[in-house]
Amino acid sequence: MLKDQDRIFQNLYNDKGSDVISSQERGDWVNTKEITDKGRDWIINEIKESQLRGRGGAGFPTGLKWSFAPKEVGSRPHYLVINGDESEPGTCKDRDILRFEPHKLIEGCLIASYAVQAHVCYIYIRGEYFVDGQKLQAAIDEAYEKKLLGKNAAGTGWDLDIYIHYGAGAYICGEETALLESLEGKKGQPRLKPPFPALIGLYGCPTIINNVETIAVVPTILRRGAKWFASLGREKNTGTKIFCISGNVNNPCNVEEEMSIPLKELIEVHAGGVIGGWENLQAVIPGGSSMPLIPKERCETLKMDFDACVEEKSGLGTAGIVVINKDQDIIKCMARIARFYKHESCGQCTPCREGSGWMWRMLERMAKGDATKDEVDMLGDVTNQIAGHTICAFGEGSSWPVQGLLRHFKKEIEKRNNLDPIVQKKNNIPYLVDQHLLDKKNA
Amino acid sequence: MSLRRPAKDQPESFEFNTSSLEAANVILAKYPEGKQQSAVMALLYIAQKQNNNWIPLAAMKYIAKFLNMPYIKVYEVATFYTMYNLAPVGKYFVQVCTTTPCMIRGANKLVEACKEKISENECELSNDKSCSWMEVECLGACVNAPMMQINDEYYEDLDKQKTLDILDKILNGETPKPGSYRGRVNNEPENNRKTLMDLKNA
Repeated sequence: MLKDQDRIFQNLYNDKGSDVISSQERGDWVNTKEITDKGRDWIINEIKESQLRGRGGAGFPTGLKWSFAPKEVGSRPHYLVINGDESEPGTCKDRDILRFEPHKLIEGCLIASYAVQAHVCYIYIRGEYFVDGQKLQAAIDEAYEKKLLGKNAAGTGWDLDIYIHYGAGAYICGEETALLESLEGKKGQPRLKPPFPALIGLYGCPTIINNVETIAVVPTILRRGAKWFASLGREKNTGTKIFCISGNVNNPCNVEEEMSIPLKELIEVHAGGVIGGWENLQAVIPGGSSMPLIPKERCETLKMDFDACVEEKSGLGTAGIVVINKDQDIIKCMARIARFYKHESCGQCTPCREGSGWMWRMLERMAKGDATKDEVDMLGDVTNQIAGHTICAFGEGSSWPVQGLLRHFKKEIEKRNNLDPIVQKKNNIPYLVDQHLLDKKNA
Repeated sequence: MSLRRPAKDQPESFEFNTSSLEAANVILAKYPEGKQQSAVMALLYIAQKQNNNWIPLAAMKYIAKFLNMPYIKVYEVATFYTMYNLAPVGKYFVQVCTTTPCMIRGANKLVEACKEKISENECELSNDKSCSWMEVECLGACVNAPMMQINDEYYEDLDKQKTLDILDKILNGETPKPGSYRGRVNNEPENNRKTLMDLKNA
């Protein structure tokens, strides 16, 4: 287990209060000027050496991303945008940072803005987190009062303004270019890449977009050194991570732990074990709903980091672990996730807009046992026609969980859906293309 | 995609009152000059707050003029994002999360409670017109599942009985205390905390 002094988010459970005074006691804002005095290149290098990878799901190396920002500010200003549109089912880590460790985030914004030469930083928070956003706003106001923000922020000689922008219930705005569209006051529909936001982003200006957790760990890394951060976890999967363990466990919780911690340890030690014992475990979704599930046998030895999860054909994603035990109907669980994606598709690309509905309706029928044998393969076909054929990664995100289900629980589906359409003609199976006419209310 | 349509009965006109205007001008100052369109989302929230928690078409037209942008662009935004209510909702607007992490911890029981206490179908006003409820997608409090949101506040760690009690309170016009209903502190592992114990005991 990670030692307490190596935990970055000391106030994860709000034992001490989130105001600026108690944050300073925990070490925030102490020598911000010393850090920025070492220069941009030093900061970016240090982050590169720490091998910090983005905590928002994709795991892109943060130092590398920052180095994409133009070295000189041209006619267009640079922007820093913080992605706090946390909507991935199973994930609730950013909320705790916003409400309990806001000053870590604000200080991180200042350092990151300095490193990428931005004078304006927007924090995009999902609309449902209004109360938590108000707490962050209070912390920002406090920081302005103490001259930690604004002109010559915290004595660093750098001017920075931070503004909060609330989303309004669209999951897709967690995708970085959709977030920029939303920030510009449009529908949140992703843009084609390239051009990448680092060159043409918000208002057509160079923009660096990072997750809340990524930015919030930056000040601590720079204070304690890249070596310290890189010594935790393993090569290319370094540092600590907030894991959210939800679902059928005895003590669902958020906990900050070292990368590469065994999944079993997380569940047994921190979350109090699976309801009904480890033997009652059915499957685990390791990184938020868009990552394929992993069945029990593989969970025994799985290490929770980016590369180990990829080896299991899944992903660490946002590290939102959803534990599903044997009391649950796994097909129903996945059908509900498919309904989530059907609801949240932005409607821009046809494969995703139509396909997400197909997957949901097919899975609903499979959960009831109304599907035919060949539909199981057809479902796999549909997922393959969505993934990789859309502008953004939502296509993959919506089809991966279904593919995961087919990979590991195909027998279960086939057992339940044993209909042979030729033999049982009397069965009133709706023709798939006309399906939407039958359930109009779901259209 | 979710299909959303504006209400049939629409008021004739809409205008910001003084406090809304003030709030709108604060928002406008956040964005660079010439980029005032960015404020449309925040302004729709302000309109929604002023107009009993829903946005009439007249308000969209007003905001379009206010920001000097085409009406259709405002309409697009208002219909795209699900948190803008296009039809009247109750003064207490209950949103129950039923996505998988909540579902496997019994969110359907919360839905049952809403059906019993508020109305048989979602998005319908209760008998006294004060409440309405709907199922929503993940609200981002998965370790506190099952949970629901009433207006801005989160109510966490619920079960059917606790939900019934909360709904009784709001039907009586009271505002129940937000947060966990099992008495746990924030997101810590209940009765099983093994980290940062020095801080807890300090």
